[in-house]
Formats: sequence, structure tokens, C-alpha cells
Amino acid sequence: MRAIGIVLAGGNSYRMRELSQKRAVCAMPIAGSYRSIDFALSNMTNSHIQKVAVFTQYNARSLNEHLNSSKWWDFGRKQGGLYVFTPATTAESNFWYRGTADAIAQNLSFLKTSHEPYVVIASGDCVYKLDYNKVLEYHIAKKADITVVCKDMPSNVNVDRFGTIKMNEESRIEEFEEKPVVAKSNTVSCGIYVVRRRQLIEMIEKCAEEDRYDFVKDILIRYKNMKRIYGYKIQDYWRNIATVDDYFSTNMDFLKPEIRDYFFKQYPDIYSKVDDLPPAKYNVGSQVRNSLISSGCIINGTVEDSVIFKQAYIGNNCYIKNSIILNDVYIGDNTHIENCIVESRDTIRANSYHTGNDGIKIVLERNDRYVM
Amino acid sequence: MIKKEMIAMLLAGGQGSRLGVLTSKVAKPAVSFGGKYRIIDFPLSNCINSGVDTVGVLTQYQPLRLNTHIGIGIPWDLDRNIGGVTVLPPYEKSTNSEWYTGTANAIYQNLDYMDSFNPEYVLILSGDHIYKMDYEVMLDFHKEKGADVTIAVMPVPMEEAKRFGIMITDENRKITDFEEKPANPRSNLASMGIYIFNWKTLKEALLANAEQPGLDFGKHVIPYCHGKGDPLYAYEFNGYWKDVGTLNSYWEANMELIDLVPEFNLYEEYWKIYTKSESLPPQYIANDSVVERSIVGEGTDIYGKVYNSVIGCGVTIGKNTIIRDSIIMNNTVIGDGCELYKAIVAEGAEIKDGVRLGYGEEVPNETDPHIYNNGIVTIGEKSVIPAGITVGKNSCIFGITSKEDYPDNSLGSGKTLIKAGEE
Repeated sequence: MRAIGIVLAGGNSYRMRELSQKRAVCAMPIAGSYRSIDFALSNMTNSHIQKVAVFTQYNARSLNEHLNSSKWWDFGRKQGGLYVFTPATTAESNFWYRGTADAIAQNLSFLKTSHEPYVVIASGDCVYKLDYNKVLEYHIAKKADITVVCKDMPSNVNVDRFGTIKMNEESRIEEFEEKPVVAKSNTVSCGIYVVRRRQLIEMIEKCAEEDRYDFVKDILIRYKNMKRIYGYKIQDYWRNIATVDDYFSTNMDFLKPEIRDYFFKQYPDIYSKVDDLPPAKYNVGSQVRNSLISSGCIINGTVEDSVIFKQAYIGNNCYIKNSIILNDVYIGDNTHIENCIVESRDTIRANSYHTGNDGIKIVLERNDRYVM
Repeated sequence: MIKKEMIAMLLAGGQGSRLGVLTSKVAKPAVSFGGKYRIIDFPLSNCINSGVDTVGVLTQYQPLRLNTHIGIGIPWDLDRNIGGVTVLPPYEKSTNSEWYTGTANAIYQNLDYMDSFNPEYVLILSGDHIYKMDYEVMLDFHKEKGADVTIAVMPVPMEEAKRFGIMITDENRKITDFEEKPANPRSNLASMGIYIFNWKTLKEALLANAEQPGLDFGKHVIPYCHGKGDPLYAYEFNGYWKDVGTLNSYWEANMELIDLVPEFNLYEEYWKIYTKSESLPPQYIANDSVVERSIVGEGTDIYGKVYNSVIGCGVTIGKNTIIRDSIIMNNTVIGDGCELYKAIVAEGAEIKDGVRLGYGEEVPNETDPHIYNNGIVTIGEKSVIPAGITVGKNSCIFGITSKEDYPDNSLGSGKTLIKAGEE
């Protein structure tokens, strides 16, 4: 194989509001049956990348649990495999990862002991399918030092939380602004990079010497004119989920037939940890319309235009509309939930009423499920 | 040296001919059940949940689906460095190469496999029952009684006892006598086909009876051990246990899963049933669709109306289609405007637009009335039914059929249409 993979999964985002209290963004459940990081990991394995490191830091318990076996993404093998790197104190360092470049620097031996010529770096908080080999071929054809995967966002989307890119006619990146106040372009960086391994080691070592820690600011932007940095435009579906609104709308996108067809029916598949849950059960009185229901759910009430994750129980006479119910939620009878995200493992008492009037409401009740 | 206290031998080679076309291409243990499972998942899950991590699966009839399903045993955590699951097909020997000719003969031909683990006990299971059972509790009973052989039994209604092998026991549960399908049963304890043998006892009995044609546990090995005076005990099991050997019992057992609180509950955290998940995505229920009193597997898209049914994974059910009291297995595609009543549609079938199944008079099946009865329509795997066809009750279709196969665009009740060997 020509490349090894790195998935950056350490990040937290205040834009996820209460949802980040429990987990890293990359562990957010997506589309009923998946977690965000499954997309990057599946893309890696579908691109025949066999050796992948995941860098975690913030609130990694839930993510580590998800990654406790590598077999679901076909990484359970002798050559290569899945490596999870959490910050550790060493003789050289007793710091947390102070940035993306620092995370790589602290695990430089992973890069140094590999023999594959290229590295694919991806972030774990995006929903997309991409054959990284295509990016790699492009990278080689352009004789690039770094290739940045980017996406043209619709003009009505506010891109000020992304890195924005301006390219010349040869696709070489001329301007790269991180989180611009006023964006000059609505081509955004997808946080996916291809770079030659030795080149990366060299740049990361230089960075570390100078006490610089951020891959975007201290490598991409700083080296922009010195190195040949190219943009590769992704034409298909790509969404970053790291705000509550984007998280909500990305999940709702899966109610569209073309999106479901693209992710669920077309080759290649997205893989995830298998949970051994029974089929979903619809009892008398259930009424489900335009919704995704996952395995292990028991539905007794009405569900409309919603995404229901695994093992949710919806009580009698409930009305769930335009909402996301995360894993293992119990919703008591006669409950009304509209425009909400209900946090996983929550228990909503009977006769509750939750509705997001201006924007999405995050429901976090923390009731005890079983009262003795 | 490898040492396992108890290993399991799972008999999965049978055809299950009373399941009709459902077992034309797959062995009975590989037939799907309850939406996403296959019948063999139940004994395999019982094994791992009971702490039995070494299982030999004896295959013979149509083993492909079974082999791919079991693989190296990952779904059941039976991928072990020592032990785990091993598929044991019949094999050629320097003398006397033969198929497995009976249940005990199959075990006899794999003495070497069992020897390699040098177990204290061997658990014999069959791959065609739906139940949750802790074999460890049965083993405790076996040890406590000092038994050489323990046979799991369950009480059945007296009037049904004549369909089973019946054990007669004393007050200590020691077996004093047994009868195979007795006309006038003296007990209602029916054998479940689950045995724990002391390995020494089993090995001796198999070697002593090696020449017996069609060597069978119920007919030969158990009577041999009893005749020799070995202590045989009956372990009474009172949980849910269902033989799904006929289309009707198969249909009923599936339908029991959709009760509000099913007697056989798959939703308990304790004693999970594991299976190889072929599909991951959630299911999509469209506008204008109805799903009521049903269970539905992963990745299924429902645009029509589904009542009282068991739907597998990756199924598509078209608009304005009505499905009632039916079992639809994995990856079946059902078109728009269809009506299905009491149908069993096997995996990967294609039912085109406007097809009606289970329509018309109740007429006994002409060729196999003992298989196709109770009004059930059975469609074999990967069958195709062209648009606009009406099919009667107690009927059966298997193969890729076209308009020409249906005079008047219909197949009457009690008819069988099999186009085997055509792809």
C-alpha cells in the first residue's frame, strides 16, 4: 500500500453545545446507525489503507469504546491495523496535544517507523465518501507537496468557521484563511490532506523546534508560497457536523432518497461497530412517516420526519416530529417532542412537552429510568 | 495440551424437507428467522452465553450459506485462538468414505476433533430449534446427579406427547425408560434433542456401535447406554422452545415475535442473540406508509402498508402495497400495488408490481399437502414473480418465472410452480 492514514479525532467544539459534554465530536452518532468517525475510517479501509492512527484527546471515552475492536473496519490484521493515540507523558513531553501538528509531533515514531511513501490525514467529524487514492493520484500528477481536499459550499452558507481557500487556474492554493471574519471565497478546506511521509516528518519536526503546534496555521498557511500546495475539489456529498445546526441538518439529509441511496446502497459501504440489536418493533398504535428507525427500537407512538437512533423506546400516544432521538432513549407515554435533539441514554418522563421554537432544542433531562 | 471442560457438537447437516422450497438451496439451520437472524444463531448464541467456546458445526446438506454465515465465528465471539467454531463437513478417508448417515454417525466421524480437546463432557445440539438455554446449568445438573448422559426434556401437553421421543423418569429424574412417538404415552417429558455426555461414555458408545447403519442418538446410542446400565438423567427445561421443522410451525414462531410482549423476547439485555449483520443502515419508513404490529430489519425501505409481519434486512416494499401476516426475508424486493396475505417470501425474491399472493379458495396442495398447508403461500429464494399475477393459497413458487408460466395471469390455490435449475 502506498499510504498510511491519520484521523484527527481529538477535537471539542463549543458549537456542539450540551452534546459535547458526553463525547468528542467524532463520536457523535450519525444517520441512525453510525458514528461520525465511521466515515473517515470506512473511507480509509475502502481506499485500501491498512494502517491508520486515530488521535484522540477530548472526552475520548465514548470514542474509545466505539474503537475497542478494529475488526468492524477490517483493520484487525497483522500488517497495519488501527492505532489509537491518546496523549501520554514521555521523557520528552508531558503536554496534552497542543494542536493538530503537535499531536502528530508527539507520535512521530508512528510516521518514522512506517515505510509507506504517503500519508492521508483526515478529520473524523465529516460525513462523506471519498476514495483517497484518487486524491493521491491527483497529488502525484500535480507534483504537489501537500494536497488539500476542498469543497465549494453553496453561496448562502456561512463559511466563517472553516478554512477558506482560493486557488489559481492550476488548482494551486494561493490564499488560505482560517476562520475568516469576512470570507473571500466559499471554497472550504475539508480537513483532508495528502502529503509525502518524509515531507510531513520534516515539516512537523521543524514546527516542533519552533514551538508551533497547528497544522493549518503553522504549516498550510505558513508554507503556502514556499511549498506546492494544491486543492482537490470533492464533488459529491460532504458535510462537517461540528455545530448543532449542521449536525441536525446532516442527519436530516438522510431522509432524502438520493442521500440514502448514495450512502446506504451504492458501493462502497460505510462500516460501523455491530451492536447485536434485535429488529425494530412496531406495536399497535405506531404511526411512522418519513423517518429513519434503527435496530432495537420499540415504537408505540407517532414519529414524523425524524431520525431515531438505536434502541429507542417511544411510548404510547407520543408525538415525535422533526427531531433526532439518540441511542437508548426512553420516551414515556403522551410525550410531545418537536424540533429537538434528545441526548442519548436519556429518560423522558410521560406527559413531557419539548419543542424547539427558535432553533433546535437539546433535551437533557437525566431522569432515572427505573424508580425503585 | 489443550483442555476444555465441555465442547459442543452442533448438528447442522439436515435438509429440513418439511420446510419445502425454503430449504431448496440452504440447510435448515441457515434459514432466516425473526427478521435478521438464522435458526443456527440461537444454539450458537446459547453456547457462547453459556461459556461454551468450542463448537464443532457438522454440515452436509447445502452448506454454502451456513459456511459464509459462520465464517470464523466473529458475531458470536467464537473466533478464538484455542477452540472457537469449526465447521466439520464429511471428508474422505483412506477406507470407508461416506456421508454422515445419521446424527450419531456424524459425531462418530469426528472423534478426532473431539479428542483434540480432550474434554470432560460433550454437548450435542441440533441446529433447528428456537430457544434460549443455559447449558452450564444443565451441566451442573449433570454433575450433581453423577450422570453419564443427561437429556434435556420439556413437558408437552399429553395429547401431543405421541409426536415426540418421551422419557419416563423416577422421582430423582433418573430415566427408567423411553419411548419413541408412543401411541399411549406414559409421560409428557419430550426429548429436546440436547444431550450432555461424559466424553468417555460417548466415545465408547460410538465405537461400540460404529457399524450400525444410520447411527442415530435417539434410536441407537441412548438405548445402548441405557441397556448397558449407564445412569441417564432427564433435565427439565421450562422456557420457550420451538421446533420450526414445518412451514406452519415456522410461520407461527415468527408471528409470536410480534406480540406486544413476546414470550420469546429478543429485547432483553440478558442473553443476547447474535448474528452476522449483513446490513447496517437504519430502516426508512416513508410518508403514507403504515407499519403496525411488525418487526423490521436494518436497511429496509417501506413505502407501503405492513401489518402483523416479520420483515428482514434490506427489503424494499413498494407504494400502495399491503402485507399482512407474512414473513419477508432479507433483500427481497416487493413492487408497488401488491397484496400479500400469509406469505413466506425467501431471501432475494422479486415480486413485481401488482402481484397478489394468498388470494382465493382454501384448496389443499396437490403435490405436497403435508408441507404446504394452512393457507400459507411460499416463495423460494431468488424467485421472480412477474407483474400482475395472482397466486392462491397453499401454493408454492420457486425459480425465475415469467408471464408464460401463468395461464390467466394466475396460479390457483394448491398449485406448485417450480422452475428449478434455471438461472
